[in-house]
Amino acid sequence: MKTTNSGSGDVRLTGISKTYGSFTAVQPLDLTVPQGSFFALLGASGCGKTTTLRMIAGLEEPSSGTVHLGDQDVTALPPYKRPVNTVFQSYALFPHLDIFENVAFGLRRRGIKSVKKQVEEMLELVQLGEQARKKPHQLSGGQQQRVAVARALINKPGVLLLDEPLGALDLKLRRQMQLELKRIQTEVGITFVHVTHDQEEAMTMADTVAVMNAGRVEQLGSPTDLYENPKTTFVANFLGTSNLIEAEVDTKNGDDIVLKAGGGKLVLPESRCSAPTTTGGKVLVGIRPEKISLTHADDAGEIPEGRNRITGRIANSSFIGVSTQYVIDSTVCPEFEVYAQNVDRDARLAPGAEVVLHWSPAHTFGLDAAQDIDAGIQEEAAL
Amino acid sequence: MATLTEAPPPLSPTAPAHKPPRRRGRWTPYWLLLPGLLWLCVFFALPMIYQASTSVQTGSLEEGYKVTWHLATYWDALSEYWPQFLRSVLYAAAATILCLVLGYPLAYLIAFRAGRWRNLIMILVIAPFFTSFLIRTLAWKTILADGGPVVGALNTLHVLDVTSWLGWTAGDRVLATPLAVVCGLTYNFLPFMILPLYTSLERIDGRLHEAAGDLYARPVTTFRKVTFPLSMPGVVSGTLLTFIPAAGDYVNAELLGSTDTRMIGNVIQTQFLRVLDYPTAAALSFILMAAILFMVTLYIRRSGTEDLV
Repeated sequence: MKTTNSGSGDVRLTGISKTYGSFTAVQPLDLTVPQGSFFALLGASGCGKTTTLRMIAGLEEPSSGTVHLGDQDVTALPPYKRPVNTVFQSYALFPHLDIFENVAFGLRRRGIKSVKKQVEEMLELVQLGEQARKKPHQLSGGQQQRVAVARALINKPGVLLLDEPLGALDLKLRRQMQLELKRIQTEVGITFVHVTHDQEEAMTMADTVAVMNAGRVEQLGSPTDLYENPKTTFVANFLGTSNLIEAEVDTKNGDDIVLKAGGGKLVLPESRCSAPTTTGGKVLVGIRPEKISLTHADDAGEIPEGRNRITGRIANSSFIGVSTQYVIDSTVCPEFEVYAQNVDRDARLAPGAEVVLHWSPAHTFGLDAAQDIDAGIQEEAAL
Repeated sequence: MATLTEAPPPLSPTAPAHKPPRRRGRWTPYWLLLPGLLWLCVFFALPMIYQASTSVQTGSLEEGYKVTWHLATYWDALSEYWPQFLRSVLYAAAATILCLVLGYPLAYLIAFRAGRWRNLIMILVIAPFFTSFLIRTLAWKTILADGGPVVGALNTLHVLDVTSWLGWTAGDRVLATPLAVVCGLTYNFLPFMILPLYTSLERIDGRLHEAAGDLYARPVTTFRKVTFPLSMPGVVSGTLLTFIPAAGDYVNAELLGSTDTRMIGNVIQTQFLRVLDYPTAAALSFILMAAILFMVTLYIRRSGTEDLV
């Protein structure tokens, strides 16, 4: 289509918002999706991610702001005039048409007469060549999902929008389709905007993830960046698990901040703190469970200098093969989670044992203490 | 799965304990079918057999009728009353098409656009049924009365000149013309068209419309390629529910028509109740039934909606 050929095919949302009566589904939002990227909008249900996607597709009219595809302002264009195609949640395949006609639908609407070759090639790409003359209801969920992708991709859209495309599939099939979609995206090089509530899905597939919460983008970045450097408690808790400790800024030591938590001191690189660090101010100190080492209290002397330490007692441990997950009771944080690789297991690390938790300050991150410390936790558990 | 609190296990592996309930259950469906079968027998099969036997009887009212396998009755009835048969099919078809044209937009409106007015409009569609069929048809007699406002308006607009030229009305009269009968049929059977249409339209997933729009179909194309094909089950059942009773109807032709608009229902009614020629009346009924069955079968085959219903 025009936009894919005109150099820049970025999707640009400028000040876009959506309100329904008094409810604001999407707060004014600026977002740029670079051409050719695999972009994920991640968030719990009701966070506005699907509404954002539908505004790009033209299925929802924004209350304010503009949508640009490349240089073209498409805000006022109806969906059938936008060079964008959507893979719908639960697919929305036409039940009265066979697979071939479903895939050919977009081409035929644009007046293309000889569709056979293109449709067959597209069905090959999604490995459904044999099923061309079947009706959608005769296919399995995974196959229907691939038809939905083929039906959208055959139009060579500037942007492919995917609305929870894997939500209806079982876990194993979902993993398989994630790789499949990633393969197709690499092969065709089209911009994919993928909406999902599954953080693992977003992280495995996307180059860039925008975490959305309550109609706003909480944070945007590469999966590694989001995981290692969360900027809000929501992101810290929604993407994987974080241990968050309430602490108070004590002194600054070069590039590091020294904080008081409980009786002890913790060190945090200033560059990894997204909160203001005035002395005496509150900061939430975060650390991912797999970054922490556990040492029995008797061996506390062997812990190298310069590591952050916390003492506690093992409340619970569960062995899950590759690792063991511990829940530690500590004065600074009631339920500290620690994941330890099962390399050299210390038999003394059983529930009730007194332990020292320690980790490198470089893995510590700091968040603004004015936020809800539990944001993003229930949402994930509910799914 | 056996639980720990269960009684000691049965001694032999083929314990009879499990069998009786299964055997008792085997006959349950048939017992449940019985009332329905009995109903069908008494109110469908028996009258049909009785009527079939009547249609091949000869005799007179005074001497009584005897089964003589006089199949010529069928041929005589058909050759004498074929114009009424033809007229019935034409009037019923015209009413069905009118019902579809009027009913589809309304059903579409109720299904997709009515929002909170949906229930109210549905009630308005069904409300006329609270009055008797006869009263409603008589009301049309008043509506279409000579010199009434409707006829007056049609006359002023010169609509009646056109319809008279087409042979649908006569002069400045609407009553006692084909148009009046078709209007009556359309009015009386319209809800039978709207309800199945609404049901099948309402079942269409709204995302299919979005998907069609997303795939470059304009609203009109979306209707033509997605909505209408998916509403075919409703179109088929609506047209059948309208056409079949309309073809056999005699009330509308009786009250709103004249001797020139007699339908086959009127003929059967006269034969049964006035001429008292039961064999001819029975034969006509069977011919009508066979004709409708034939047309309906053909229609369903052609519309190819088997896997959509």
